[in-house]
Amino acid sequence: MTDTTAKTAVTPAVPAAAPTPAPAPRRARVWRGLTPWLFLVVPLALLITFTYAPIANMVAYSFTDWDGVSPQLHYTGGHNYAELFTRSDLFEVFFVSGYYLAASAVQIVVALYFATILSFDVRFRTFFKGVLFFPYLINGVAIGFVFLYFFQDGGTLDSVLALFGYHSSHAWLGTPFSANVSLAGVSVWRYLGLNFVLFLGAIQSIPGELYEAAELDGANRRQQFRHIIAPGIRPVLTLTVILSVSGSLSAFEIPYIMTGGATGTETFVIQTVKLAFQFNKTGLASAAAVVLLLIILAVTWVQRRLVPDDKVDLV
Amino acid sequence: MNHRRTVVLASLATALLLAGCTGTGGSSKGEEAKAPTDPSKVSGTITVLTQRTDLVQDGTMKRYAAEFNKTYPKVKVEFQALTDYETEVKIRMNTANYGDVLLIPGVIKKSDYPKFFASLGTRAERGKKYRFTDFTTVDGKVYGQSPIGVMPGFVYNKKVWRQAGVTTWPTTPAEFLADLKAIKTKTHAIPYYTNFAAQWPLTSWTFVNGSVHCDPQATTKLAKGDPWAKGADLRVGDTLLYDIVHQHLAEKDPTTTNWEASKTRLAKGEIATQWLGTWAIIQFRDAAKKAGLSPDDIGFMPFPAQVDGTFCAVVGPDYNQAVNIHSQHKEAARAWIDWFTDKSGYDKDNLAISPLKGATLPAVLKPYEDAGVKLIELDDSAGAEVKLIDDESEVGINKPDYRQSLVDLARGARSGSLDGFLDDLGKKWTAAQKNVGQ
Repeated sequence: MTDTTAKTAVTPAVPAAAPTPAPAPRRARVWRGLTPWLFLVVPLALLITFTYAPIANMVAYSFTDWDGVSPQLHYTGGHNYAELFTRSDLFEVFFVSGYYLAASAVQIVVALYFATILSFDVRFRTFFKGVLFFPYLINGVAIGFVFLYFFQDGGTLDSVLALFGYHSSHAWLGTPFSANVSLAGVSVWRYLGLNFVLFLGAIQSIPGELYEAAELDGANRRQQFRHIIAPGIRPVLTLTVILSVSGSLSAFEIPYIMTGGATGTETFVIQTVKLAFQFNKTGLASAAAVVLLLIILAVTWVQRRLVPDDKVDLV
Repeated sequence: MNHRRTVVLASLATALLLAGCTGTGGSSKGEEAKAPTDPSKVSGTITVLTQRTDLVQDGTMKRYAAEFNKTYPKVKVEFQALTDYETEVKIRMNTANYGDVLLIPGVIKKSDYPKFFASLGTRAERGKKYRFTDFTTVDGKVYGQSPIGVMPGFVYNKKVWRQAGVTTWPTTPAEFLADLKAIKTKTHAIPYYTNFAAQWPLTSWTFVNGSVHCDPQATTKLAKGDPWAKGADLRVGDTLLYDIVHQHLAEKDPTTTNWEASKTRLAKGEIATQWLGTWAIIQFRDAAKKAGLSPDDIGFMPFPAQVDGTFCAVVGPDYNQAVNIHSQHKEAARAWIDWFTDKSGYDKDNLAISPLKGATLPAVLKPYEDAGVKLIELDDSAGAEVKLIDDESEVGINKPDYRQSLVDLARGARSGSLDGFLDDLGKKWTAAQKNVGQ
C-alpha cells in the first residue's frame, strides 16, 4: 500500500568544483558560500523539473476548463472546485480506500511480526528475507496480470483450494466486497516486503548488547519486543503508518490494471484518471488531484501532531 | 536563512513560468495537403503512427511500404506503433511532433481538426469517390480518410448454433434470447461472452445505434433526445445485453474474461457468440486456423431487429488517417494516405468493407447479400455535439464503464433495477444536452 518510490529525488554526487584553497580571502569566502549550492544544483534541478513544476502546472490547470489537448483553454476560477464539492458522488469512492486502509493495518502487523522473528537467529533466515521482499521487486503491471489469472474461475486460487478439498465456484472479483478484499490482498502481498525491510533495518540498528543485557535480566522474547524493539523502531513505525494511509487514499495501480475500477473497485485516483482521460475534463481532474494532495498533507500533519517524532532514547 | 528564501522564491517563479507555457500549439490554420501530381518527384521521410502493433511487428506494414515505394520511390515511410494509441497520441499532440500521418484520436474536438490536421480536399470533391467523408468534414473540408469501413454484428460459431437447432438468424431480441437458451441447453458452449475484463468489447454495444430502426439519423437523435427512452436504439441494445446476463446466458465470471483466449474458444465452439464488428472476423478466422479448425465455421450476423422484414446494418469508418499540420512533407504524407486507401489492399487483407464508393462487399459478408441486409451509413453532422454531451454528462457511451455497471446490475453484483439504471443515464444525458446547448 505504501508507495515510497515517488517524490524523493536522489542526490547524485556532483563531480565538479572541489573547493581549492584560494589565495584571496574574499574569493575564498564566496567559494565557501557557493560550494553547497553547487552540490545541490543537480538534485534541485531534478526536484523542480519533475516535482514542483508539474504540481504548479496541475494547480494552474485546476482553474481552467482545459480538455487535455485543445489549444484553447479558459480560466474558470473556482468553478472546478465548486463542482467537486457539490457533487457528492465524486467522494463516494473514498469508501473503497477503507478496504486498503484495513489491509495496511494487517500489512504492518504481519511485516512487524516477520521482521521481529527474522531479526533473531532463525534457520534459513536470509532465504525467508528474500522470499518476503521479492514481490516488491516485481513490476506492478505484471503483478496485476498474474493475479488476474490467480483469481480466474478455475484459476490458481481455486486449484489450490481444491487441493485442500474445498471446491469453490466463487467469482473472486465478482462482487464489490469480494473484489475489493481480493485487490487489497494483492496490495498487501506486494508492499509487505517494503514494510518488512524498513522494520528489519530499524530493528537491526538497535545495539545487540541491549538484547544480551535483557536476556541476562531474564526477559523473554515478548518482553524484549515490548521494551526494546517497539520503542526502538517508533520513528520508522510512524513513517510506515503515514505512508500506508496516504497509499490507501491514493491506491491506483493494482485495481486499475485488474478491474479498471469495475464492480465497485473504483478508487479516487482511478476516478480522477477517468475524468481526465475518458471524459477529457483535465481541469476538473486537476482540481480533484489537488484536493487529494491537500487531504494527504492534512492527514500527515494530523498524524505528526498526534505522534510527534521525538528522539528515541533506549538507554 | 536568506538564501533559503531566495531559492524557494526562485523555484516557485520557475514553476509558475513553466505553468504558463502550456496550451500552445496549432498556430497555422487552414493548410492543405495536396495530392502530388508526379509520383516520382515526391520525396522525404514520413512517420506514420498506427495502433496496429501486430502488423508493425510481423512486418506487414513494411511490406505495404515496399509496395508503396514502387510508385513513390523517393518517399521513405517509417512506422511507429503505439500500444495505448489514444492516450499516447493525445499527449504528443500538445507538441508539433505527432508524426506525419496519424489516426485522428477520438478526443480531438471536430472543430479543432483544422488546427491539428491539413485538409485533404473539399467534401464535394472527395465525396464523389469515398465513403464516410462527413465524419471528418469541418466547414466543407475533409480532414481524414478511413482505410476501411466497419460494421457491428455478432461473431458466432456456425456449428454450435446449428447444433442447437438454429438455422436462421433471429429477428427480434426475444428470439435471440430463445436461441441462446437453446444453445445453453443443447450444447456445452457458453451462449454469449461479454469480454467484460477487456472492457472495450462492451463499448461496441453502442454501435447498435441505427440498426434497430434502420435510421440514418440515429446520431442526430442522440444529440436531441433521450437515447434510453422507451424503444430507443440504445435502450433496446442495453436491454438485450442485460437480459443475456440476467438470464445466465453469459459466462459465469465476467470479471476475469480473457480477450485473446476468447478468440480460440469461440473457434473451438466453447463460446457461441460475441457482439463485435466486421474487423474481428479475420482475427477469429486466424485463431481457428491456428487451432487447426475450419475458419469457415466463423459466422457473422446482424443485430436481431427488422424493419419491414429487412435487417439493417450500419457501416461506419474505422480510425481516420490524417496529415499533421506541422508535417514538413505534406505531399508525401498525402500520397501515403491516398495509396493506402485506394491501392494497398489493406481492406481486402482484413476482409473489411472498402471505403471506395461502389466497391463490392468482401466474400465473408455473402450471407448478408443473400439475406438482403440493408446497409446504411449514419449522418454524422451531429457527431461532434454527441461527443460534447457525452463528456459533459460523464455517461461515456463509447467508454466501457456504464456497460460494466449494467452487467454488474444484471448479475446482481450491484443493486437497482434496469429501468432505474437506464432512466438515470437518460436524465444525466438530457441534463448535459441543456448545458452544452448554451
